[in-house]
This record gives sequence, C-alpha cells and structure tokens, in this order.
Amino acid sequence: MDTSQNTRYMSTSAHAGIISLEMVVAVTAAILIGTLIVTAVGFAGPEVVHNAAHDLRHSLAFPCH
Amino acid sequence: MKAFNSILLTALLAGGLAGLVLGGVQQFTVVPMILEAETYETAGAEEHEATHGHEAEEWAPEDGIERTFWTVLNSVLIGIGFGMLLTACYALRGKVTWKGGILWGLAGFAAFNIAPALGLPPELPGDMAAGLEQRQVWWVLTVVVTAAGFWIIAFQPKRYLKLFGVGLLALPHLFGAPQPEVHTGLAPDELRQAYITATLMTNAVFWVVLGVFCALFYRHFTGTTEDPALA
Repeated sequence: MDTSQNTRYMSTSAHAGIISLEMVVAVTAAILIGTLIVTAVGFAGPEVVHNAAHDLRHSLAFPCH
Repeated sequence: MKAFNSILLTALLAGGLAGLVLGGVQQFTVVPMILEAETYETAGAEEHEATHGHEAEEWAPEDGIERTFWTVLNSVLIGIGFGMLLTACYALRGKVTWKGGILWGLAGFAAFNIAPALGLPPELPGDMAAGLEQRQVWWVLTVVVTAAGFWIIAFQPKRYLKLFGVGLLALPHLFGAPQPEVHTGLAPDELRQAYITATLMTNAVFWVVLGVFCALFYRHFTGTTEDPALA
C-alpha cells in the first residue's frame, strides 16, 4: 500500500488487507454489544436474571453460585 | 452502517440458530444432570441455604416447560452475543470460509471453555467453590488473555511475538484459579465427572456450529467470495 492510502485508511499489522474507519467502528460496536449480551446472560447479578439463566450458566460452565 | 449491519444480521441469524442448537442439545446432555444434582442439593437443605442464600424469595421459573423456555431463550441470546464477538473477528480478517469457521469455532471453544475449565472445572449445583466474584474475575481474565494469545499466535508473523502469545496462554494457569478449601460437592463424583464431559462436548458442538454458521451468513451478507488461501 502507498502512503496516500495510509493517510485515508487504518492499516492492520499482520493482515495484508486494509481496514476502513467504518469497519473499525462496526467491529468496536459489535464487540461492545456482544460483550454486553454475554455479561448480561452469563454474569448479571440480580437474582431474577440468575434464576432465569441458571441452567444455561451451569451448562456453559460460567461461575454461577 | 453497512459494515455493522452485516455483522449484526450475521450474529442475529447465525448466533440465534447456533443458540437454538445449544438450547436443544443441552436438554438431552447437561440439563438432566443439573436436575439430578439439584435433588442432592434439596436433600441437603442446610447446605442449600449456604450456597444459594435467599434464592427462594425471588422469582424462578417453574420446573418443566417454563424452565426449559428460559434456558433456550437465554441460549439464543448468548448465541447472538458470541456471534457478535466471532463475526467481529471475521470482519477484521475479511474472509472466512466454512472450513475456517470450524477452526474459529474450535478456538472460541478453547478460549471460552477449555482454558477456564483447566482452573475452574464446570460446576454442578451444590459444588463447593471459591468466592463467586474472584472466580468471575479469573474467568473473564482467562478468556480475554487466551483469546489474545490465540490471535497473536495465529496472525503475528514474528516468532518472538508468537512466543509471547504462548506465554499469554500459560499466564492465567501459572497465576492459578481461585480454589475452595476443599473440593467437594453434594452430588456424587461420578455425576460430576460425567457432567464435565457433557458440558465440554455440548459447548464444542455449539462453537463449531456457531463458527460455521457465522462464516456462511457473513459471506452471504457481505458477498465475499471464497478464497481457499484464507480458509
């Protein structure tokens, strides 16, 4: 890639491709939302949430009790 | 928004479907064992109080269809959550074939199940364990560090960086998981051993299905053509 491309795109370190700013935002948003869902289902403290997700938490081997 | 929409649609459909598979397989593998372990837990009512606190005061789904419904619903939700994380990785890599999806799924299984299980074996209801918050912190750190280690080993070309990745994989286990003073539980050991095998098998199936579905749906939504070199 030439330098003019480098000024417009964020380059990745190992992968040959280049990643657009839009992709960086999309991936960041996806990781945040994914983490939020996994945390809510797997770790959220309220007893009611725990009881609803109890069997799944055991099944996924998340620390439960 | 197009980049995000592709990830979101993939996670909703592939993750939701993989979550349904997880919810279904669970009903035949781990859930009967959880229910069996609870019979020992209920029999030892005093220990039950000690490990569960004031659970009885709060709402909990009725055994039967209601309990199954919540377990399957949460399985679909977590499938979507894991699907978001996995598809985000796919998006960073650009192209992932369905065969590559199997490898990605196995890596997810290793990061989210094998690595934590090395320090914190899957628990049945009624098992003794160290404090919940300490275990949760160790669990999260182990998953994050293991995933980072895999990424570095797989995608960093330099050997010393790969060695650093291997070091990351070992780190949580050198540090050690929080352990109870005595390893015991209310359920018999045979059930606990069978349970560990059952959770690992169930989650392996889930992760491979998730890896393949996410690869297929993401390629569908992005129109990425197959490149065998990147499988």
